[in-house]
Amino acid sequence: MSNQNEKRFLKLSGLEPMIVNENMNFINVGERTNVAGSKRFLRLVKEEKFDEALDVARHQVEGGAQIIDINMDDGLIDGKEAMVRYLNLLMAEPDIARVPIMIDSSKWEIIEAGLQVVQGKCVVNSISLKEGKEKFVRDAKLIKRYGAAVIVMAFDDVGQADNYDRRIEIAERSYRILVDEVNFAPEDIIFDLNIFPVATGMDEHKLNAIDFIEATRWVRENLPHCSVSGGVSNVSFSFRGNNPVREAMHSVFLYHAIKAGMNMGIVNPTMLEVYDDIPKDLLERVEDVVLNRREDATERLLDFAETVKGDGKKQTGPDLSWREDELQDRITRALVKGIDQFIVEDVEEARLTKDRPIQVIEDNLMTGMNVVGDLFGEGKMFLPQVVKSARVMKKAVAYLLPFIEAEKSGKQEAAGKILMATVKGDVHDIGKNIVSVVLACNNYEIVDLGVMVPPEKIIETAIQENVDAIGLSGLITPSLDEMVYIAKEMKRKNFEIPLLIGGATTSKAHTAVKIDPEYNGSVVHVNDASRAVTVVGDLLKEETKEKYISDLKSDYDAFRIQFLKRTKKKDYLTLENARKNKYQIDWETSPIITPKKLGIQVIENQDLRELVEFIDWTPFFRSWDLHGKYPAILTDEVVGEQATELFADAKEMLNQLLDEKWLTAKAIFGLFEANTLENDDDIEITYDGDKKAIFRTLRQQLKKHAGKPNFALSDYIAPKASGKKDYMGAFCVTTGFGTEIKAKEFQDNLDDYNSIMIKALADRLAEAYAEFLHKRVRLQDWGYAANEGLSNEELIKETYKGIRPAPGYPACPDHLEKLTIWEVLQVKERIGVELTESIAMWPASSVSGYYFGNEEARYFGLGKIKNDQVKDFADRKDIELSLAEKWLSPNIASN
Amino acid sequence: MTKIQDLLKKRILILDGAMGTMIQRHKFSEEDYRGERFKDWKQPLQGNNDLLSITQPEAIKEIHALYFEAGADIAETNTFSSTTIAMEDYGMEDLVYDLNYQSAKIAREVADEFTAKNPDKPRFVAGSIGPTNRTASMSPDVNDPGYRAVTFDGLRVAYKQQTEALLDGGADILLVETVFDTLNAKAALFAIQEVNEERNINTPIMVSGTITDASGRTLSGQTAEAFLVSISHIPMLSVGFNCALGANQLTPHLEVLAKNAEFNVSAHPNAGLPNAFGEYDESPEQMAAQIKEFLDKKLINIIGGCCGTTPEHIKAIADMAAEYQPRVV
Repeated sequence: MSNQNEKRFLKLSGLEPMIVNENMNFINVGERTNVAGSKRFLRLVKEEKFDEALDVARHQVEGGAQIIDINMDDGLIDGKEAMVRYLNLLMAEPDIARVPIMIDSSKWEIIEAGLQVVQGKCVVNSISLKEGKEKFVRDAKLIKRYGAAVIVMAFDDVGQADNYDRRIEIAERSYRILVDEVNFAPEDIIFDLNIFPVATGMDEHKLNAIDFIEATRWVRENLPHCSVSGGVSNVSFSFRGNNPVREAMHSVFLYHAIKAGMNMGIVNPTMLEVYDDIPKDLLERVEDVVLNRREDATERLLDFAETVKGDGKKQTGPDLSWREDELQDRITRALVKGIDQFIVEDVEEARLTKDRPIQVIEDNLMTGMNVVGDLFGEGKMFLPQVVKSARVMKKAVAYLLPFIEAEKSGKQEAAGKILMATVKGDVHDIGKNIVSVVLACNNYEIVDLGVMVPPEKIIETAIQENVDAIGLSGLITPSLDEMVYIAKEMKRKNFEIPLLIGGATTSKAHTAVKIDPEYNGSVVHVNDASRAVTVVGDLLKEETKEKYISDLKSDYDAFRIQFLKRTKKKDYLTLENARKNKYQIDWETSPIITPKKLGIQVIENQDLRELVEFIDWTPFFRSWDLHGKYPAILTDEVVGEQATELFADAKEMLNQLLDEKWLTAKAIFGLFEANTLENDDDIEITYDGDKKAIFRTLRQQLKKHAGKPNFALSDYIAPKASGKKDYMGAFCVTTGFGTEIKAKEFQDNLDDYNSIMIKALADRLAEAYAEFLHKRVRLQDWGYAANEGLSNEELIKETYKGIRPAPGYPACPDHLEKLTIWEVLQVKERIGVELTESIAMWPASSVSGYYFGNEEARYFGLGKIKNDQVKDFADRKDIELSLAEKWLSPNIASN
Repeated sequence: MTKIQDLLKKRILILDGAMGTMIQRHKFSEEDYRGERFKDWKQPLQGNNDLLSITQPEAIKEIHALYFEAGADIAETNTFSSTTIAMEDYGMEDLVYDLNYQSAKIAREVADEFTAKNPDKPRFVAGSIGPTNRTASMSPDVNDPGYRAVTFDGLRVAYKQQTEALLDGGADILLVETVFDTLNAKAALFAIQEVNEERNINTPIMVSGTITDASGRTLSGQTAEAFLVSISHIPMLSVGFNCALGANQLTPHLEVLAKNAEFNVSAHPNAGLPNAFGEYDESPEQMAAQIKEFLDKKLINIIGGCCGTTPEHIKAIADMAAEYQPRVV
């Protein structure tokens, strides 16, 4: 069927096809999902943190990797099992699984296990003649039968090819065996011709790069239809620690290798200089080395390298030599590095050179901010840095404003006007503020309505201010409904501007299924500040707008259909049957410890210093879009430097906040007699003497594997019928008093960075307080775990006995129960923490929940429930069904 | 080159229509399904259509004959669910060889009768290999997306048994059909290649995927082209789509195959989409009118029908297809 002369292209597939034709100049293989190459990935796999391990893959795909290489070869993990587990999980993530997979292992059994779980056409990495022809042929036949392409290493029984002749000799021999004997499709063969370092100081390495490039040329010309690949960073190995030189070497090498026919490879995009941007003197010396053009090429590059080292990492005191640079360079540097020390004097200097003060913003400052925007877009700057840049920018603009106003020269033209608001009933705004700052940095005018903004005000302001887009944020589940409501209102008022959705509980699924159908304009889920700029840009720019919006609608339509179809397949039990399958504790033998002190206690003015050791820092970094676990994140190869800097700033503020007593912490908690009622799901407690209150719990209804129970929190409390007296607790802690004042102070000072920082710290302290108080209750007030001695790390891992689930979180997503806690503990009256109309806590840095002390109590997620339970819940609570539906809606399974 | 490859260069070949729809007309009872041989079987057997090849062979032969009379070139064996995996529901894993062998055998007999009557129109038997009721790349448990109810090896072994029995019974083509998860299909294709190698034969293979809804993807999430790329390592007789959609919704996906595939392209759509009662009510004329678009655009080489189609549908399609040239491969 095929014609010998016709060009045949390598075709691969994930959920989508990838055809490597002439239009695909170079295929970039992502390799962070490789335990041999990434310490972080190895750790995640070892610790079975597969969610985070999936994020590594997702990041790569989002960052432009067209294939992802997965390698689990490590002595300390079961490579086969890890490969299968990881690939199975990965297949359930359409945004990752859309690209083809490269299964990377030196062990055939791992490769085969991988091939058996991926539906798309993979690449096997790799086989070679190293262990002889017989094994080579056997493996190749199986790979063909599994329908994968293959990377062939230039390696044979003599050794690895390290010069031009050996490379082409092994490549040709491998090719002939594969094509002539195995009948392997030639377009499915990819040669890895071994990239080795140059400029090592050893003469025999001088030809390493040029030999690779020339061998590539020979292979592409003489072995029809095949591809050539390689790991690019090897070439610059001898310049470790000198990134400017390494980046230049990578670009030069790729520039020549791609021209010679290399069409695939592993390249770290952040370690790549634009070829045209390499300074001419550096370029000349790098090309001399890569192409081996001079005898003394290595020496010359080494000498030169000393002069371009200056990334400032190794100096002790601050290096102020940049103060000697040109004015624009100084301003750009101040913005990029977030240094506000000299910005006012630099801006003043700039103002004196301009006809009009506004030109300083338009020329000098925007030039610098464009550099910031580009670096951020390329993943070379991280969020905390950008927020610091904004701080410098604001300072500069503030200095210029009086001059501009004096001149009445009018305002600078913004790229667009965006309304931002945290919706009614919700008080969380860290994410929203970060997005606002990032957008503002990119020349958008932000109308920030703050938190708890009623829908009418959003609509009204949007009309008055004639905004170009609306961004809504929310952290608690009721906010999801608020967003749906606002979308409907926007439709009713004939709005057409884009609606952006973000915040911790929001998701693409909710946006596509619940919000998008309610509004005619475009609706986008943006959960990552770094995406906000591109998304808003695409939405508002005339050139891109139309296509982007229609693509977006169809993407969400497709996603919605897929999602609804997927949810349909779940099986549920009736509430009655779910209750029959409840978690059974043997109340005859299960120990019940009587609390040492029953009743309600208030703690005023908790010393915040006692809480510090209980802080879980990982979520703190996450709130700044830095992903990774503390403390490893501080040494992470990608974000480590930024994380360390951010952590130092956080520690500094934390000390100041403790010394100067910015925040007041309070808590209230109670321990009560409790029994589960006859219906299995309600817990009755006795408080304040003989007053009764009932906590209504919700029960899992998803059909489980045999032997797995359908949990409700009530399962952890002895039923009345058992005759046993059992106990539970409830609590609320806050560290939020004082946060708002301080945050506003910073904001008025044009310091968003610290304004966000104080809120993030207060949130962490509140969580730490909850952990601290839980420990005290376990050891002292309830006293069931008097012997426990857990380190902070163990606390975070939740290795202690007993749980403290919080209404609104997975085990009990119903926020309404907070009202009962408030009623029983009199939280508002006694410590001043209030509930908004969406039942969010105010101040925001507060945590409330229950205590369950049974040793078998475990956290679980409720998942979806069915209408029978919603109805039952409404009846039990004696509320309107519609009200119950409103509050439980994120958890109600569609029919 | 065997005969069918030659024929495909000359004209569009006709695949038969639905087996289940025709079986429904007989309104067989539990006793009919059981027959004499399985009258004491421990589980209910009504609905086990593949079993009828053993207990009601005359009825199945009649259905094949009706489709051949209507103009079909290729009959599909009554073996859609005849794997150990799918037969687990009836406790009939051990009968898998029999089921496939008998089904292929009776289809072969009817095909040979028709070929003998009219040697200018040779008839073929395609062994139907269904997807089973489990997916190898998706988890049935929402709480554990990494879980799999079946492995590649489990599928490979089951498909190998089915393939061997179908060939022993006389199938001359293998049809891996209604592919909703490409990994299941790859396991079937792996098994077929093993059998081909062991027997030193080269059985023509047809593969037919299923686009499940308007999203334009298979159940396991692949686009039509990704599906094609994932199975193109096999020298297939044809690749195509069947089931789930009516003919008109199938057009854009067939266009993708017609443009990119180096193989013949097949389609056997449903008689429209099911109505509110789960019945297919597109008439033969309506369906043929929609298939005209495939023919006008020269998208296909093999055409037939899936759920809801009857000999009347196949006749309408065959009559029309006779007027058209096949797609050029």
